Amino acid sequence: MGAQQESPPLEKNLTHIALFAALIAVLGLVPKIDLASGVPITAQSLGIMLCGTVLGAKRGALAVLLFLGLTLAGLPLLSGGRGGLGLLASPTVGYLIGFPVAAYVTGAVTTHLKANIGLAAGLGAALGGVLVLNGLGVIGMSVMLGKTLPEAALLAAPFLIGDSIKAGLAGLLTQSIAKMRPAALLSRA
Amino acid sequence: MLTLTSPIETWAHHCRAGRKLAALCGFTLILFALSSPLWLGLCALLAAGVIASAGKRFGLESARMLRPLLPFVALVALWHLITQDALGVTIILRMITAVAAANFVTMTTRLSDMIAVIQRLAKPLRPLIAPKALALAIALTLRFIPTMLARSQTIRESWQARAARPPRWRILLPTTLAALDDAEQVAEALRARGGTE
Repeated sequence: MGAQQESPPLEKNLTHIALFAALIAVLGLVPKIDLASGVPITAQSLGIMLCGTVLGAKRGALAVLLFLGLTLAGLPLLSGGRGGLGLLASPTVGYLIGFPVAAYVTGAVTTHLKANIGLAAGLGAALGGVLVLNGLGVIGMSVMLGKTLPEAALLAAPFLIGDSIKAGLAGLLTQSIAKMRPAALLSRA
Repeated sequence: MLTLTSPIETWAHHCRAGRKLAALCGFTLILFALSSPLWLGLCALLAAGVIASAGKRFGLESARMLRPLLPFVALVALWHLITQDALGVTIILRMITAVAAANFVTMTTRLSDMIAVIQRLAKPLRPLIAPKALALAIALTLRFIPTMLARSQTIRESWQARAARPPRWRILLPTTLAALDDAEQVAEALRARGGTE
């Protein structure tokens, strides 16, 4: 198999977007992963990060949008078995809006940062999947709960540790994928 | 695969999805425009009445769907008890009513009807996303969720057969690699059958 330098064919884009949408769902449905210290994390936001680091900005955001569309349409795919239109009116709506943005930012950093792929992916995930995602999530909670931004930020603070660990994991996983399936890494294709 | 559509048939199951969504949009906009606890309370009663008209079992199911809101309700209630203002009532009433109304539409609309609405809304985006490609992507995602779930279970079991400890995060790499390989193979298969044209 020769290296594919031209942009990947349409079918490949489509199947990668669809299967990563499914991957986000699966990572939200598998039992919670206990980190060494016993801090349980759901892998769903890791799925969002991987969409960016592996598929790149545009395809990653599209995969997340596909996942969101199906969740809002009535599939209980969000971690904890949540789904449906009620999510749009609940205090966590900012995170929902942040998901595709997070994947886009993560992907853009991974593609354009001239660094080792694992480092670029980890930094991208930290910027997109932690900072941008929590930023939008905090704005959402502040609006929906009628609180100031610092007050809403207090609610998000406990999750930042887990999220940062996930960003590190996203970097490591992307590095392994780059080694084992170099052609599949569309973000650096 | 299990959806959130309620198996309990109600009158609202027979309404058109587009109309229900339009009504929900209007109702939610009104909720966010109102701020007096009295009017919001009336809206909450209206929503409760509509849900109750679908029967007792459906009502209980609706109440269960509101459970994720509990921590937020408790937090806001506690906050405004301490600060001694009535704003908390407004926030809580609006939040519960808006989510309950949206859940009502989700619970009375079949997934296929909802997806049809998404496809109709996506039509103006034709130059960006071809309707056929969108339909295929949705079908592929729906088909692969149970497949990938079953395989992540297999990966977990085969890990546990070899190790004393649960796999924890080590399950993530094989699961992701398998998804990439699937995507590659499905793309090949699609191309061999004439692509997405």
